[in-house]
Amino acid sequence: MGWLENGWGLSLVVFLPLVGAGAVLAIPKANEQAQKMSALVFAGASFVLSVVLAFQFDYGRSMDFQFGTDLSWISAINSRYIIGLDGISLPLLVLSTFMTVLSIVYSWEHWPEPHNPKAFLSLILVLATGMAGTFVALDLILFFVFFEVVLLPMYFMIGIWGDRNQAKLPVFRRTIEMRLYASIKFFLFTLFGSAFMLLGFLALYFRSGNFNNGVNTFSMEVLSEIGRMGVWGGTFGFWVFAALFLGFAVKVPMFPFHTWLPDAHTAAPTVGSVLLAAILLKLGTYAFVRISIPILPDEAHSWAPAIGILAVIGIIYAALACLAQTDMKRLIAFSSVGHMGFVMLGIATLTDIGINAAIIGMVAHGVITGLLFFLAGSMSHRYHTREMARLGGNQKLMPIMGGILGFTAMASLGLPGLAGFWGEFMSLLAAFNPIDGLSDNLFRTLMVIGAVGTVLAAGYLLWMLQKVNFGEPGEEWASHTFHDVDGFEMAAWAPLIVTIIAIGIFPRIVFGATNDAVVSLVASAFGG
Amino acid sequence: MLINQFLILGGALFSLGVYGVLTRRNAVMVLLSVELMLAAVSINFVVFDRFLADQLAGGQIFALFVIAVAAAEVGIGLAIVLLIFRNRRSANVDELDLLKL
Amino acid sequence: MTTLFATIATKAPLILATAEEGEAKAFSDGGILASGAWLIPVVPLVLAFLIVFFGKRSPLKGWGMAVTALGFVAVYGTVLFLMNLGEGITYEGAVWLADIGTTAFGTLSIEWGWMVDGLSIMMYFLVGVVGLLVFIYAKGYMEGDIRYTWFFASFTLFAGGMLVLVSAPNLIQLIVGWELVGVSSWLLIGHYWEDHENSSAAIKAFLTNKVGDAALFIGAIIVALTVGSFRFTDIMEVVASGGPDSPLATYAFWAGLALFIGAMGKSAQFPLHVWLPDAMAGPTPVSALMHAATMVTAGVYLIGRMFPFYLAHDFAADVRLIIILIGGATLFLMGLVALVQDDIKRVLAYSTVSQLGYMTAAMGAGAYTAGLFHLFTHAFFKGLLFLGAGSVIHAVHSNNMSDMGGLRKYMPYTFWTFVIGSLALAGIFPLAGFWSKDEILASLSYASGEFPAAEGGAGAANLVLALGIVGAFVTAFYMTRAVYLTFFGKYKGHGHPHESPRVMTYPLVGLAVGAAFAGLLNVPGVTDLFTKAVGARFVAVLDHHAESIDYTIAVLGGGAALLGILLGYRLFAKDAPTQLERDRFSIPVLYPLLRHKYYIDDFYMEGIIKPVRGPVARGVDWFNGHVIDFVINGAGILARAVGKVVYAFDQGAIDGAINASGAATSLWSGVLRRIQTGRVQQYATLIIAGTVLLVGGLVLFQQI
Repeated sequence: MGWLENGWGLSLVVFLPLVGAGAVLAIPKANEQAQKMSALVFAGASFVLSVVLAFQFDYGRSMDFQFGTDLSWISAINSRYIIGLDGISLPLLVLSTFMTVLSIVYSWEHWPEPHNPKAFLSLILVLATGMAGTFVALDLILFFVFFEVVLLPMYFMIGIWGDRNQAKLPVFRRTIEMRLYASIKFFLFTLFGSAFMLLGFLALYFRSGNFNNGVNTFSMEVLSEIGRMGVWGGTFGFWVFAALFLGFAVKVPMFPFHTWLPDAHTAAPTVGSVLLAAILLKLGTYAFVRISIPILPDEAHSWAPAIGILAVIGIIYAALACLAQTDMKRLIAFSSVGHMGFVMLGIATLTDIGINAAIIGMVAHGVITGLLFFLAGSMSHRYHTREMARLGGNQKLMPIMGGILGFTAMASLGLPGLAGFWGEFMSLLAAFNPIDGLSDNLFRTLMVIGAVGTVLAAGYLLWMLQKVNFGEPGEEWASHTFHDVDGFEMAAWAPLIVTIIAIGIFPRIVFGATNDAVVSLVASAFGG
Repeated sequence: MLINQFLILGGALFSLGVYGVLTRRNAVMVLLSVELMLAAVSINFVVFDRFLADQLAGGQIFALFVIAVAAAEVGIGLAIVLLIFRNRRSANVDELDLLKL
Repeated sequence: MTTLFATIATKAPLILATAEEGEAKAFSDGGILASGAWLIPVVPLVLAFLIVFFGKRSPLKGWGMAVTALGFVAVYGTVLFLMNLGEGITYEGAVWLADIGTTAFGTLSIEWGWMVDGLSIMMYFLVGVVGLLVFIYAKGYMEGDIRYTWFFASFTLFAGGMLVLVSAPNLIQLIVGWELVGVSSWLLIGHYWEDHENSSAAIKAFLTNKVGDAALFIGAIIVALTVGSFRFTDIMEVVASGGPDSPLATYAFWAGLALFIGAMGKSAQFPLHVWLPDAMAGPTPVSALMHAATMVTAGVYLIGRMFPFYLAHDFAADVRLIIILIGGATLFLMGLVALVQDDIKRVLAYSTVSQLGYMTAAMGAGAYTAGLFHLFTHAFFKGLLFLGAGSVIHAVHSNNMSDMGGLRKYMPYTFWTFVIGSLALAGIFPLAGFWSKDEILASLSYASGEFPAAEGGAGAANLVLALGIVGAFVTAFYMTRAVYLTFFGKYKGHGHPHESPRVMTYPLVGLAVGAAFAGLLNVPGVTDLFTKAVGARFVAVLDHHAESIDYTIAVLGGGAALLGILLGYRLFAKDAPTQLERDRFSIPVLYPLLRHKYYIDDFYMEGIIKPVRGPVARGVDWFNGHVIDFVINGAGILARAVGKVVYAFDQGAIDGAINASGAATSLWSGVLRRIQTGRVQQYATLIIAGTVLLVGGLVLFQQI
């Protein structure tokens, strides 16, 4: 199976969905069944192929890039088509193809208004290419292209199929339509960060020639080697890291760059929120691990305390904000900020335990919060409201849905034995002993505050469950009949539930791939 | 050498040709005037060839070329005029303002 | 791919010494029974899942599977317990799950394992036997419940979680079991979630526990990173050999304190006790199991598991001062609250908190055996009392003692077993509670002479000893009150109470046997079976074991209990038309203080929860919308305003210039278009005129 190894396999995983998008567009509008089938086939093929790659992957040398290739692309600026898969990107790649398939399955019978499966499916598929590509790109420009490709489909998803409610902007007292406001905010906010990120990339490119026999390069591997030598220089490194930080932190999102997230998640159609939460947020954290740390290790070291503090502020801040929410979807959205805070805390420790924690935290957050958004979407579809005050007694009206919601909330609050636990616990674990040179006392304080955050997280999730699931159903629902979880929902959710339990009980599913890669990454970036 | 007379003859012929091209209404006459201009040029070629005693006789050769080209030009030109006449029932150049489009 | 599971070789006994003599003693490795003990937590967990999916369709609606699970554990646990009484078993099995990074000590791994030693065997036995009886009882109690099957699923999960916890040979697995117990207790306490109050009680339990869990996380983290392993055996190795300079010793105080705060959450120690009385919102069998063998014992179990760490001078010995004081405060303060409760289950709940205080104080005093022994006997009589209370509630359909009275005649089995349980709890010779409580008091008295923890240690031990004796009096007093109000006098409720079905009374009898005789396992001077049994550990548990009974203490403790019963008899034996008149001992200040549970619950509610959920949370949300988003939206709106200005400039100045050039162009083109006539001759004229001009110009100016 040589073609699998030499880059074709990986390229197919990335570009099959794009081909699928073309195929869906080519099918006449009336023939929805064919559109759905072909979308599923292409996304499914991409998923199956990524799983095949996961099985072919040589876990013994997970620190090396495998299945990769290096082809000439834009020779004028020496930007090359370099892709590859190592233990860090493997779980995230599989996660992204997996979530795409589930999103299409879920969409089968749940179309947001206006009804246009053709456009919707092709946007999902374009998104899939962008997401998968970001995780395999090893060239900064290629990375940037994929990183930006995901913006457009998401912008249209929110802008076209989003929440049509009017809302009032605080302070400015303007009336806005949620979907338009949220989509523009999402797009501009992210683009704002990306602009700085691109500047950072270019700065690295132009400086890299000095240390690479006069050849400027965008190759992450070469740049990492330069970074390892520690020759970037103080001021230069500082500003480049700052630029990259801005780009990635907006995407994560970290406090205080997070405010696009609650609006975007709340306004987006169900599948949009799911993919946004499950994959798009991971692009930022992944970039920290893949780009910031190896290429600018010294700068990462000096920035780590700031990142750690912001991460922990995010944890507490998001938990408190969650407590104040009345809208279920918005609550889940804010909880993402908190979870990504744990991920960033893990990264900020710059230890292998912390980065392992970050990666399993990303995967776990992907499946858990993805499922939560699925549930929130399905529930608001049935109740036509997301106001928790009006819900209640859901467990009585829809026992299976309520049960799954309870289960997922438990997973989200980090119940040991389910996926969410490892990321939370291990990032606290890592914070006790950050890498040499970082202040132990600072990070231990952060650890304690983070632990308080887990209590608050339990609080808002339990109160959410109490409001939504428990009690007697309100009188306004007395005359309604509710259909409990249907087949397509079950088909999309059951795999997620199984994954949550599987990772919880047997975390080697993730650590088996990541550990060696992370250990070698930390060792080569920081020595010893 | 008696070069001036020949040049005056060439100039006169050329001017007659120009006058004809600019003023005649009939397309056939315009073509004939063009032939006059070519003849004037040929004379000049031959005269200067002799006058400069060119070893390769370039002027004379050019004169032969001009004669050949003139013959071809008349052939094509008359064919075009014939076609225009067939379509328009007229060979009056004042009515031919297709270039304005 | 590498092999999926790699079993780690089981550990050989680390330190082959019993406490007292220090002589080398080899324990049995338990053979196949120990190596197969992984089934003990796994069977209930698997069956719990099966009940969720297949329970409703099975003939016994899930009860069959639940009781099978507990029956299996009970039999397995009993066999192990008997074997352990004989020779002592130490075995540790582990399955490697994953590496999660490196520490200063090498690779850090997480494992799934099962510990089979004296401590965990005792817990298997307790959870299995008490659990089995409670499960049998629950069939009668829960008959006709709306979520009968679901109840048994979560109940089995609850027991399974506890077994995961006690079988854990490492801190990670302990945490897993710890929180599994927490979440299943949340399910069970909130079983009747239609009622807002019940789900609130469930949340209260979960959150209070979570506070402890957060501390437990921190403790586990500190220990793991200073030892380089999550394994208890590795930790104990460091404790045994580390000395004051080992990294663990540096942080031992904080680690020990954090772990203890975790234990306080689960074992309902003051001031984290508030959840336990409210947990009565769950069905009574849940309360019975929760208070007897599972959940609340977890904290004491954790201290027992980490005991050498708390005992060693170089390590967390200083924390024991805090432990003993917290234990003393809990046993005394909460015992008093039990005096004023009307809900029979709340009386028992506060009694549990108080008894847990005894256990904790014993652990703090360095009395490993005494603390665990009380845990052991307490499981029987507290389980018995809760099931008896359940039987009463089942009969009169009310939790309140004001609706009871005179039930002795209607429910003889319940009455007699309840009395045995009460006497055992009160500590009356020769029932189980007497021996265990006596052992605690004796070790407190011993510790006051030997207490090593700190300067104030001896004083603290003396104080707690005094509290413990007063506590014995209080215990006897409130139990007498409960017995009289419930079973004596005239019936004051509605309907006709009747004895419960046999499926409920037989477990009562079974537990009554335990409550009566469990204490005989460890009679000072006669037998030290229990001491040896729980002393079967990989690491020596240095513990004082009394050679003979301390008569002073025994008489003081027993006398206090008898006094309590007498006083109770004096106050409550006389019947009155209403229970309120019978139940009257209003002491100013103290009574309202006790009725309000020292205002601790109110303080948490009004002082912490409401502000955090209310103003603080809303403040953060306001900040989000009005400050951060103000900047973002402001930037957006400002950009649009600037855009308008730029647009005006664009339209006015730049476009003006462009348009002007356009207009000029079109003007000129209007002029020039006239010369395009399409007539070849005119064109030729122009060409020639141009040529003439050009040539003429050249001739004139360039002088060709």
